[in-house]
Amino acid sequence: MIPFDFEYHRPATIKEAVDTFAQLDTAGRNPRYYGGGTELISMARMNNLSFGAVVDIKDIPECRVMESDGDYFIMGAALTLTQLHEDNSFPLLAQTGARVADHTIQNKITLGGNICGTIIFKEALLPLLLTDSEAVLADPSGLRTVKIMDIYHEKLEMNPYEFVVRVKTLLPYLGLSHIHVKRTKQDKINYPLATICALKADDQIRVACSGVCRFPFRSLAMEQVLNDRSRAPADRVEQALHLIPGETLDDLEGSSGFRQFVVGKLLQDIINNLGAS
Amino acid sequence: MISITGPGIIELKVNGETRQVLVRPADTLLHALREGLGLTGAKPGCENGDCGACTVLVEGWPVKSCLMLAAEAVDREVVTIEGLNNAPIQREFVERFAFQCGYCTPGFIMNAQGLIDIHPDAGDEVINDWLQSNICRCTGYQEITEAVKAALQASRPPISQP
Repeated sequence: MIPFDFEYHRPATIKEAVDTFAQLDTAGRNPRYYGGGTELISMARMNNLSFGAVVDIKDIPECRVMESDGDYFIMGAALTLTQLHEDNSFPLLAQTGARVADHTIQNKITLGGNICGTIIFKEALLPLLLTDSEAVLADPSGLRTVKIMDIYHEKLEMNPYEFVVRVKTLLPYLGLSHIHVKRTKQDKINYPLATICALKADDQIRVACSGVCRFPFRSLAMEQVLNDRSRAPADRVEQALHLIPGETLDDLEGSSGFRQFVVGKLLQDIINNLGAS
Repeated sequence: MISITGPGIIELKVNGETRQVLVRPADTLLHALREGLGLTGAKPGCENGDCGACTVLVEGWPVKSCLMLAAEAVDREVVTIEGLNNAPIQREFVERFAFQCGYCTPGFIMNAQGLIDIHPDAGDEVINDWLQSNICRCTGYQEITEAVKAALQASRPPISQP
């Protein structure tokens, strides 16, 4: 049972959502946007998080679209990971989402919730970073479209009343060669020791990681080294490990040394399989 | 817009019926089903989305009712184990002894029913993937898997002979 009370609002339009959120915030209700809600419910139950209201975006039509539109594949923020997996138009995102938690929770976790939550892994973000995807954000002043890489600095930096309405990915990215690997300490269903997504664009390997640091990342510096064909693959991997953009996690799931070993092995596999050797 | 600002009566569509139930906006669907509607088939286990004992179908998809607010279920079709009525998957669980203590059974059955409805042609990989959403503390996984495979097989139309 959740040990505190809050209000529940389910708007039908973007305007209703941002206006309601703003009104609740002005009234001191400490509102949260609500997608699948799995993280909010589990953290609230443990009293690790409190809020006075939630604004559930799942009934907003723009948050539920999944379609090709012009040059882009459009994905509403309220789509569940299962919907993305079953559709499979964006195979790397589909595969990545299919390894987040378990199947029945994937029926509840939304794309927007996964990339905006407080849990540090945010694995659905990895394919979006690799594909230069854009996010359409809404706040009381209207909509704006931003490249996700531009607003991602260890977390998505958004304005106070903003929420993600949908994500756009250029269609040519969806068909590129890619790899998704998730390594856990033991079970298939677990938080990652390391999750790595990679794809090959313009003959260059792109790599993004989760579970390695306290935030997911795509490092252009690491990619530059990994694509340096003048050096042996093993040297590139060793140098890339020095460029991990944060402290490597060191916890019960795995020591920092073991995590680096796992990441190094996976990077070697990626070079071998995506053909940059 | 649906707004629920405090304790009050909401309408839920459960097992084909519209039911009224008193909830706090912070109540989970699991709590509303059990404490409000007396549908105790969905079991509270971990209440953290790990064990799957509370699994129900929402709009045909299996979800853990401990990770869904009752308010979220307004205008959605909910089916609990009480709504299955001697379905083939239930008979297979009995015939293949796919339970021991039985606490996890409703959750496994609802997950399996979702699988049968959505992917009647599911192979081993999909079956295993779906069943990893539930935990059986008695570790009766072999029998459970066999029951699910048998129910899936029975749900498929017979192959006509030339």
